[in-house]
Amino acid sequence: MSAIESLRLHSPALIIAIPLLTAFIIPLLSKIIGPKARNGFVVAVLTGVLALVLLLAHDVITGGTRTYVLGGSTPLLTLPSGYQVPVRIMFVIDAMGVFMGIMCGVIALVAAIYSCMETYEGLYKFYTLLLLVTTGIFGLVFTGDLFNLFVFFEILSIASCGLVAFKIDSPMSMEGGFKYMVISDIGGLSLLVMIGLLYGQYDALNIGMLANRMDYGMIDIIALGLIVTALLMKSGSVPMHMWTPDAYGETPSSVTIMIVGASLSSLYALFRICFTLYGGFIGINVAGWIIVILALISILVGVTMAIPQTDFKRLIGYAAVAEIGFILLGLGAGLASLSGNSVDAYGIKAMEGSIFHIFNDALDIGLLFFVAAVVSYATGQRNLNNLCGLGRKMKYTTFLFIIGLAAVAGLPPMNGFASKFLIYESVFHLNPILAIIGILGSIMMLAIFVKAFSGAFLGPPVPELETYKKVPRSMLFAMSIVVAIIVFFGLFPDLIVDNLAHPAAQALVNHSEYISHAIRIGGV
Amino acid sequence: MLWNIPYIAVVALIVLGLYACMFKSNLVKIIIGTSLLEAGANLFLITLGYRKGGIAPIFTNAPSTESMVLPVPQALVLTSIVIGLAVTALLLSIVVMIYRHYGTIDAKKVRRLRG
Repeated sequence: MSAIESLRLHSPALIIAIPLLTAFIIPLLSKIIGPKARNGFVVAVLTGVLALVLLLAHDVITGGTRTYVLGGSTPLLTLPSGYQVPVRIMFVIDAMGVFMGIMCGVIALVAAIYSCMETYEGLYKFYTLLLLVTTGIFGLVFTGDLFNLFVFFEILSIASCGLVAFKIDSPMSMEGGFKYMVISDIGGLSLLVMIGLLYGQYDALNIGMLANRMDYGMIDIIALGLIVTALLMKSGSVPMHMWTPDAYGETPSSVTIMIVGASLSSLYALFRICFTLYGGFIGINVAGWIIVILALISILVGVTMAIPQTDFKRLIGYAAVAEIGFILLGLGAGLASLSGNSVDAYGIKAMEGSIFHIFNDALDIGLLFFVAAVVSYATGQRNLNNLCGLGRKMKYTTFLFIIGLAAVAGLPPMNGFASKFLIYESVFHLNPILAIIGILGSIMMLAIFVKAFSGAFLGPPVPELETYKKVPRSMLFAMSIVVAIIVFFGLFPDLIVDNLAHPAAQALVNHSEYISHAIRIGGV
Repeated sequence: MLWNIPYIAVVALIVLGLYACMFKSNLVKIIIGTSLLEAGANLFLITLGYRKGGIAPIFTNAPSTESMVLPVPQALVLTSIVIGLAVTALLLSIVVMIYRHYGTIDAKKVRRLRG
């Protein structure tokens, strides 16, 4: 077997194992080699992981769902009595999984490149946490087993909390970290109780096997309620959105994109559980409508709370709540139109838009946080009232902010337009009011960022801000990568929708295929 | 009724934990609340895994392999306990830092992030 073939065969395990091992090698390595070599090493490792993810994505898109069982050829364990149980750890990677995998690979690489300039003491710990978050997201999106979902959810929560509270000399950072961890912990424990409720009834943890055995009784509905609440809480949707600006605002800016990625991966878990596990449940449409209503409230609350903010990063944090609302709108619309193994044509469009918007949200919000970080790095200011006329000196940064502004507000040549337009035109068929509120939210989003833009970048030059620090090249390089992807997605949305988002939506809707795949491998 | 006592304890622990997380303003009490929630979830899994007459799956000197239980819930609880310990330690260390910065652990006074 050639090296490429064995890489292909074991890529799901390697994608998770490489960042995990690197995370713990970094502290040792940084005793031996200098900071530059260490940064180069992390970037090289993450580039390698991204290459593996793309290889896996190619395999999954062309060859169908991949199953990878650890420690055996099937997930079955034969007991001495002859009874067979599917207990082995397995990864089931379908089109939705690789879509999220590509997103995680890209944002981790960008965050690592951007962090090269950070000047914190003990930057190696920072990289350890960054790589652990990456591991958590990859594990969460690849696993085919509910308990591993819980384990990776907690790895993700603990490592992200470490990043949120990384600046231990800042009181606000501690406060944001505490809120983030309590919310994540309650979410994780609801997930554990839900696992207990399902395992007690069906003797299985494998998602495919559970979906096959489930008969949607009262206890299953309680479990669904628990898990939807937990995941909405972790993703920062409305009743529990107040941690979002606190945590996003206090995280070191180079990795805020990873915390956004962590929230988005819990939306992935929501997609997976609603569609694959509960896809055959008749009452799931009700859950879809509840999610749609929460999504609309998230959009409105996010934009209205963002308008009065004076802190640059908190403003973006509230905009991120509204962006989560747009993704949930598409998710809910897809769920509300689901019946059996198919959805209406507009339902599938809504899901494509929603899935595409997951990637776009990570890029757009991530880029805006990067710009806010560059501004606070160069001028030492985060308060919009104190910033003025930066566009005169920081021309490149201003240009990048305009791109981010257009993308997040959904203006045409950018990626945000491509995905939001898919969501609007599909939810319009469900109910026109949904599309109207969505577009209203988008317009207000434009207003927020135009306000931030005119406040910080336009206006006369201010003498206090004349002496600003030069922006390091690694920051500009990382932001340029993000902008290149944003513009590319905006110019060729069909390429992404047809090749990645559509198969992902199909894989979610067609849950019996996932189930039959998991069971065929299981041989039960 | 007697065999329901563990489940009643689970519900009591979870309700107490949620109450502490939501209504207490002392940060250490909030951490106690999360620990109670975790204990409730673990007790729930352990109770589910109990089978009357089942024996532990240790093959050495086992009387018979017929009534051995499959130790999945116990394995889950072990993992979950480790995770819970990590979370509690992390939260407590954050509270230590909060106390150093603010001089208080009252959530009503630790409020520099607003708006």
